[in-house]
Amino acid sequence: MAGDTKTTVVDKDGNAIIVDGKPVSNDQAYEASSVAHDDAQSDVFPPFDQSTYGPQLFWLALSFGVLYLLMSKVALPKIGEILEVRRDRIEGDLAEAERLRQKTDQAISSYEAELAKSKAKAHEIAEDTRTTIKDELAEKRSEVEADLTKKLSIAEARIQKTKSDALLNVDEIATDTVIELVTKLNTKVSAKLASDAVAKILKG
Amino acid sequence: MAGTDPIHQFNIVELLSFGTIGADAQGEGGFSLVFTNSALFMVLTVGIIAGYLILSTRGRGLVPSKLQLVSEITYEFIANMIRSSAGNEGMKFFPFVFSLFTFILVSNMLGMFPYFFTVASHLIVTVALALLVMSVVIIYGVYKNGFGFLKLFVPSGIPFLVLIIVVPIEILSFLSRPLSLSLRLFGNILAGHIVLKVFAGFVVSLTSMGIFGIFGAVLPFGMTVALTGLEFLVGALQAFVFTILTCVYLNDAIHPGH
Repeated sequence: MAGDTKTTVVDKDGNAIIVDGKPVSNDQAYEASSVAHDDAQSDVFPPFDQSTYGPQLFWLALSFGVLYLLMSKVALPKIGEILEVRRDRIEGDLAEAERLRQKTDQAISSYEAELAKSKAKAHEIAEDTRTTIKDELAEKRSEVEADLTKKLSIAEARIQKTKSDALLNVDEIATDTVIELVTKLNTKVSAKLASDAVAKILKG
Repeated sequence: MAGTDPIHQFNIVELLSFGTIGADAQGEGGFSLVFTNSALFMVLTVGIIAGYLILSTRGRGLVPSKLQLVSEITYEFIANMIRSSAGNEGMKFFPFVFSLFTFILVSNMLGMFPYFFTVASHLIVTVALALLVMSVVIIYGVYKNGFGFLKLFVPSGIPFLVLIIVVPIEILSFLSRPLSLSLRLFGNILAGHIVLKVFAGFVVSLTSMGIFGIFGAVLPFGMTVALTGLEFLVGALQAFVFTILTCVYLNDAIHPGH
């Protein structure tokens, strides 16, 4: 508003006493002061213009109040609830996962126990079978061995008998031979005498 | 020259009038309820915040949409800010702090649009917000701690002789809080917008001076672009600073003994 022709002198009550270089009456001064006041609005640096304070404060209070009410009653509880529900859901899911994991662990351990038991059982069965087979084998072998021993002893006995029989035959043959020899020498000898002589020689 | 006048952007323009309350016979004094551009942007700010938060969370998605995520991040951001500076007890002020932060942030961001009005560029608005914060702090502090609230001025574990010096300093610092709180926001926004407008004005004046002027205008134009980015940062940062200081002051009201 530089270069404005209007110059206003204002007294301490804010009433203009000189407007455009001319002194004015009280009524005129009142009018002029209101004009000056209107002009002042664009003269003063706007943020320091006190005439705007009232409406600004009113609308700030109204809008901020409405914002506070909307936030505290509607928007924030809603967002809070969404976050709460999500947190509960995640915690629930984690708990469920943990439960399932424990169940899995349990299943694995029971499986392992079962496996170990089965292994032990299999081992036992194998051991049993082995001992049974061993026993059977031993039995059979001893049977066979006994059989063989028996057969051997029978054979030995037979050999012994044959041997003694043969020896007995040797006596007879010797006796016969002696009789034959003596006969050839033109000497008669009784069978009894010949066998006694043979026996005497064999014994001697 | 209104186009390059850096102060013009702060003018309050009357849009609608709802008359005045308590005016005298001549229509002077009283309280006028004119709906100005300032009021328009306050209402717009509130509308954007409330509209966005309510509409973006309408789906109540367990898996949030991108829009809902912004609301949730803002919520968590303010909630964490309060919890870290004022503890869990500070959460009863959550709607208040949240409203403050979003109001300042959104109004500052709106103010970055050309021809838009910046609410925080008027001292009365920032003073009112700062006084609101200090009133909440003092009223709640006295309500909760009674005379114990005065412990705020007496740091514990300090010898008596030192207290004689420290207590006046503490009182002075407490009294200067609303001043610094309001002037910081006001000053940053006002100065930033003026500087931005001055540099933008250089571009306009220089380009009207012919071909050399157009080349000369490149420099202030670059400056304007850079300052625009800076102003976005300042606008967001000042909203953050205002809010975090509010949290710190609320912490004093909740736990007055340091």
